[in-house]
Amino acid sequence: MPEPTTVDVETAPAPRRGGINTGPGKLLVTLYGIFTVGAASRSAVQLSTRFHEAPLAYILSAVAAVVYAFITLSLVRGGEGARKAALTCCALELAGVLAVGTWTLVEPSAFPDATVWSDYGMGYLFIPVFLPLTGLWWLRRGHREPRP
Amino acid sequence: MLTPLTVTLAVAALLLAAWCGWAAYRDQPTKDWHFIGMAVVTLLALVQLVVGIVQLAQGRDPADGAVIFISYLIGVVACVPVVGLVSLTERTKWGSLTVVAGAVVLAVLQVRLYDIWGGGTGA
Repeated sequence: MPEPTTVDVETAPAPRRGGINTGPGKLLVTLYGIFTVGAASRSAVQLSTRFHEAPLAYILSAVAAVVYAFITLSLVRGGEGARKAALTCCALELAGVLAVGTWTLVEPSAFPDATVWSDYGMGYLFIPVFLPLTGLWWLRRGHREPRP
Repeated sequence: MLTPLTVTLAVAALLLAAWCGWAAYRDQPTKDWHFIGMAVVTLLALVQLVVGIVQLAQGRDPADGAVIFISYLIGVVACVPVVGLVSLTERTKWGSLTVVAGAVVLAVLQVRLYDIWGGGTGA
């Protein structure tokens, strides 16, 4: 049969239910996943091979990894409960980045080695600051209107 | 480490990022050609993994240790296939943007790999 339409197939309005894990949410999940793997493997190596060199920094990196992992899982799961949990964690993450970032600048002597959140995540192109901001924006938006 | 390969891989990843970024800009999902591009980059990453293992087997030692070196090599290989799969489940421009993110990460990992090996020294 003739199919004259030239549109659609891939331009169809994507998120029908508009879950927190579709559209921009998918990109966000991926970024959080990457940071989970990055922070977790980094802290695992550092904690297991040279814990005593900079215990505070390495433990803070491990904390960051746990927060990232939790947010990633929540975003993947979707749903209202997960959205609220992720929202809380994103706020916590932002507070953590700001606190650790300030701490590393004010008292560098406490940090012989860097953490994931040192200098507000400068070593990671400041993505650790932008990620929670984007997350908060996306998750709050997901609450107000189901479709982006 | 083989510096020309590192540079090639970084450039290829950035090209892939630009290409998929263009698709996202035009509001399109990833297409067959993009996946061929991803396959090429992944193939290069696999070659790098093999070269890295061979270098280690020949007794050369990365500056930051073999464990970190191998972890990064594996991360490099995993990068693009993972975002490729994500873009298969997200058939919108956001899927394309995810591939951009993965490809940029791969390029950054190349810079880190270069440092981990100890710069241009050690072959």
